[in-house]
Amino acid sequence: MTAPLPTIQYPISPSGHILPNIVHFGRLLRALGIPVTPAQMLDFVAALEIVDLRRREDVQESARAIFVSRHEHLALFDQAFALFWRARPTSQMPRIDLGNLLKKRPNAQEQYRLISRSAAESQPGSEDDEPFVDKLFTATDREVLRHKDFAQMSEYELAQVKEFMQEIPWQPPLRRSHRRRPNGRGDQLDLRRTFRHNLRYGGEALHLARRQRTTKRRRLVVICDISGSMDRYARVLLQFLYGLSHSLDQVEAFVFSTRLTRITRPLQRRSIDEAVEQAAKTVHDWAGGTRIGEAIRAFNYDWGRRVLGQGAVVLVISDGWDRGDPDQLDGEMARLHRSCHRLIWLNPLLGSPTYQPLTRGIQAALPHVDDFLPVHNLVSLEQLAQILAGKAGREHRLPQI
Amino acid sequence: MPSLIRSIDALSAALSENSYIADRSLATAIFLALKLQRPLFLEGEAGVGKTEVAKVLSRLLDRPLIRLQCYEGLDVSTAVYEWNYTRQMLQIRLMEAAGTARDHNAVQELFSDEFLLRRPLLQAIDSRNGTPPVLLIDELDRADEEFEAFLLEVLSDFQITVPEIGTIRADEPPVVIVTSNRTREVHDALKRRCLYHWIDYPSFEKEYGIVLAKVPGAPEQLAWQVVAFVQELRASELYKLPGVAETLDWINALVALDQEELHEEVVNETLGVLLKYRDDIQKVQGESVRQIIDRLRKEYQSER
Repeated sequence: MTAPLPTIQYPISPSGHILPNIVHFGRLLRALGIPVTPAQMLDFVAALEIVDLRRREDVQESARAIFVSRHEHLALFDQAFALFWRARPTSQMPRIDLGNLLKKRPNAQEQYRLISRSAAESQPGSEDDEPFVDKLFTATDREVLRHKDFAQMSEYELAQVKEFMQEIPWQPPLRRSHRRRPNGRGDQLDLRRTFRHNLRYGGEALHLARRQRTTKRRRLVVICDISGSMDRYARVLLQFLYGLSHSLDQVEAFVFSTRLTRITRPLQRRSIDEAVEQAAKTVHDWAGGTRIGEAIRAFNYDWGRRVLGQGAVVLVISDGWDRGDPDQLDGEMARLHRSCHRLIWLNPLLGSPTYQPLTRGIQAALPHVDDFLPVHNLVSLEQLAQILAGKAGREHRLPQI
Repeated sequence: MPSLIRSIDALSAALSENSYIADRSLATAIFLALKLQRPLFLEGEAGVGKTEVAKVLSRLLDRPLIRLQCYEGLDVSTAVYEWNYTRQMLQIRLMEAAGTARDHNAVQELFSDEFLLRRPLLQAIDSRNGTPPVLLIDELDRADEEFEAFLLEVLSDFQITVPEIGTIRADEPPVVIVTSNRTREVHDALKRRCLYHWIDYPSFEKEYGIVLAKVPGAPEQLAWQVVAFVQELRASELYKLPGVAETLDWINALVALDQEELHEEVVNETLGVLLKYRDDIQKVQGESVRQIIDRLRKEYQSER
């Protein structure tokens, strides 16, 4: 480790560099993606005047309360705090001008990789060996990951992707609602407001208040194949479902291999790992055989009327390896198509340039599908988000047979 | 509260006197709703007699029935109240003519009770109507979340605030029946305010009782066979199962056609009364109709 190392001093060190260190700490947080405002910094200084500086937990709790406003930042903050405000004998104090380093913002993350490594090395075997670096994936790594097939990822990469996946902005298409809201250029007269308003002119209708129909996001229904052939994708797809149901209000999620299971509720757990684990527990036929037609039938009969109201968008995720009856799949896909606004089939195999949709299952289903899209890497998920939001052109998506 | 609601048995008897056959659990739910003065939330497939509960209660308790049919975009001016603008305009002209338009309380007068149009929810909690009515909020699943949130407020306090007039509160809360076909899940918060009951398809005995009570003119053999036929259909794989309402429609149709018992041709011709999806009709028509009728005929004879 030849890189210069940071000067880090404990707040109550005799040299009394606490103010500069607070500023450095704020910059560190910003570099880690936790937005810190100058006002928060001032609050923290004020807080330090009233809490007992000798009690480390108090200082940490205060800082946490002031700087962190999102749940997902908590763990990151704690690691950053532990690392930055560490008491070390001055002899072992690594020396570096942190402020100068941080001026090179684009590289800031890289620098902190170094910091954390040096910190771990300087105290071998300490409990601080936690992979703080994990959160600091560099831009190039990320770009490579975005294009990598989920099936070829290592455990470590899957863990990274899990984080990135939660950042995709989901916006299902809009539909016109029957509810109306006041709007100056609306198409309907709002009699109540018109009357109230014109009372001041003695009841002459000088000003016409109008209202307009509002729009609402369509409900999203996901039916995901987790049979044996989809095994390599199943866990990632569950994480994808978690991300969906946490960024949107109205998401219904189902999984199937030989039978259909609804996992909408388990997915609503707070933490992603808990949610995925809970969802996985609910399912009794992990990695079994596939009967897509049977699963779609079960969905149509038991759930269609309950969750497809008011024009939902349905995503079916499957590779189309079907051991069931193609005629049944044909009929049930037709029924599903008739009862939803848009039916999208996502196929992880579509990522491969040589893939041809020739299996009987796909052949039976394709005529009833509006869009046929890949779902094998992060880029394909981002594309899906764009298409749902209506931002992508049609050329991406027509099924080609 | 009339004396007949002293026990669940009494209520059950009173319901069947009014030709509503309720099983014990439904009778209990209704009894509790009346006693505890809580809204009753009825959920179930279409055509199992959810709406009918409100109608029969209104007859039984001798109270007016106020019905609010839900739909998306249902708003305050259709569900609660609206001002009568035409009359208000007219009143302004009159006041101008009389020279009182500039009076301090002219506006107050314009927004008085006289110009208020009461919509179902306001009618239901306005105690000046005498006895509190039976309020039926039908097919709540068709309304949107905005209306649900509003309803939550009304159902918890039984009061409504009209800004120009003030708060109107029910002295005695109305009997409230909320129904849902479950085309979407109604929010838990609203369900928590209510007693909940799921109405299932009836058993053979219960449905036979309903048919006899509702269609007294039906030949006994026909009634028995119709109910058995419908029960048979409900046990099979159909996209949309027929409800009790369909059973009653069908037997009325068969009576109108002067049928004494089920015959294959007539059943095939009238299957559209019972089943509303083409796939389902195709599945049942012909062979399986013949099989079911043959079997029912034998069963009926052995039963006699």
